[in-house]
Amino acid sequence: MNGAVWDWAYAIEILPILGAASIMTVQATLGGFVLALILGLAFAIGRMTGPRWLRRANTAVVEFIRSTPLLIQIFFLYYVMPEVGVQLDALPTGILALGLHYGAYCSEVYRAGLENVPKGQWEASIALNLSPWTTFRDIILPQAIPPVVPALGNYLVALFKETPLLSAIAVTELMQMAKILGSESFRYTEPITLVGVFFLVFSLLSAALIRRVERQLQRRSGINRSQAQP
Amino acid sequence: MTPPTDRADTASGPRPEPGTSADAIPAGAIPAGAHPMVRFEQVTKRFGDLVVLDQLDLEIAANEKVAIIGPSGSGKTTVLRALMTLERIDGGVIHVDGEPLTHMRRNGALVPADGPHLKRMRGQIGMVFQQFNLFPHMTAVKNCMEAPMTVLGLSRDEARQRAAELLAMVGLSDKLDHYPAQLSGGQQQRVAIARALAMRPKVMLFDEVTSALDPELCGEVLNVIRELGAAHHLTMLMVTHQMGFAREFADRVCFFDSGRIVEQGPPGQLFNAPASERTRQFLNAVMQAS
Repeated sequence: MNGAVWDWAYAIEILPILGAASIMTVQATLGGFVLALILGLAFAIGRMTGPRWLRRANTAVVEFIRSTPLLIQIFFLYYVMPEVGVQLDALPTGILALGLHYGAYCSEVYRAGLENVPKGQWEASIALNLSPWTTFRDIILPQAIPPVVPALGNYLVALFKETPLLSAIAVTELMQMAKILGSESFRYTEPITLVGVFFLVFSLLSAALIRRVERQLQRRSGINRSQAQP
Repeated sequence: MTPPTDRADTASGPRPEPGTSADAIPAGAIPAGAHPMVRFEQVTKRFGDLVVLDQLDLEIAANEKVAIIGPSGSGKTTVLRALMTLERIDGGVIHVDGEPLTHMRRNGALVPADGPHLKRMRGQIGMVFQQFNLFPHMTAVKNCMEAPMTVLGLSRDEARQRAAELLAMVGLSDKLDHYPAQLSGGQQQRVAIARALAMRPKVMLFDEVTSALDPELCGEVLNVIRELGAAHHLTMLMVTHQMGFAREFADRVCFFDSGRIVEQGPPGQLFNAPASERTRQFLNAVMQAS
């Protein structure tokens, strides 16, 4: 009866195939997240410092992205971009969609971090004649980012868990591979379960990684240093 | 942020000579022939309906030490913030070392200054803040190296040497690699002074630099300022509540109220024989409090 529900031999047989597909999942996750981190920061800075029209446009784009489903955005990019002459493979399209979608969310996180840097830091930078670019790079960002790393990390895990949506445009990530295996063997229990286990393990690993980065940043920032003599 | 105002109109056209407005008392004018390092000409600053600086005329000679006193909300901090370009002024012109601060001459007219002009002018001014505003993620020495390296283009070694010298001058040579959170308030404020000095300004602004400190820590900061005044050719302008220090340190004391200088003069004169009733009231209130 055990064999009827769960076939260990089959599970072990498909493990390497799913392992190979997981590389695609990791690629999509990392690519999408790096893009989201960059776009999110650009959105946040544009929304805070740009001229009025840019701030408005920025807000509109961010709200639009956050208010529409990721699956629709993936389809839209995949089927509409070629119509306007942009030919991208499935994986880059997926990365772009993930990056845009999560970039919009990350921008809110960045914004909170940037707004929490005291005004006095900007004023000291002006008094020291630092350029706006230097101020951002050396003074503001190093103080704005460490406190929001946990929130950004949550989005990394969330993004990771949404990569199966890319199977909709036939990116052969884990979920797509599980469906392919299932349709070949008519056994879905093993591939789908293994995919679930894979996601669980990677989510736990990345959560641990984020906590480490967080601690590292706090140690380096000096903000959490022992309060010294009164 | 206040919207940008067109200040070209206030910058041109005839205006009274500085120091001749009705309320300014000529006793505080800088000595004849002295080189004016800072000059406020009819400077007005408003926050909404509130007039914070009311057609202010103020001249400060090179190397002069001027203390600004007055009740809170009298506009005294705004003088420093306007000079540091942290506040945009709504009227009038500020000159630093003979050049307009937030304006520049173009085709004979004064127009709002562009970035490079502002940068050049700001380079002559240093400011120390009430809340220190040190960069919390940098050590004391890094705080003092950042601007010399990125703005003045000093090498890491040059900047470090300069920073170390200045931190030694303020008595912190053993705290170079401490973060601000590891320093006491008085030590942090001394780092902030060293950080401002590292840019070699001609004018130093001190904005209530001891107000955030426990009383027993004020002395170490005031000592540093005292030594600085004695040893360096610096024009110094300080907003302070420390009447004793103002009396001892300043060449001139300006009493501010409602955005104007009510009275100014040498400390002995202003503290011992104030001419204005308003000054007398203020000094009495302060003396009673302390």
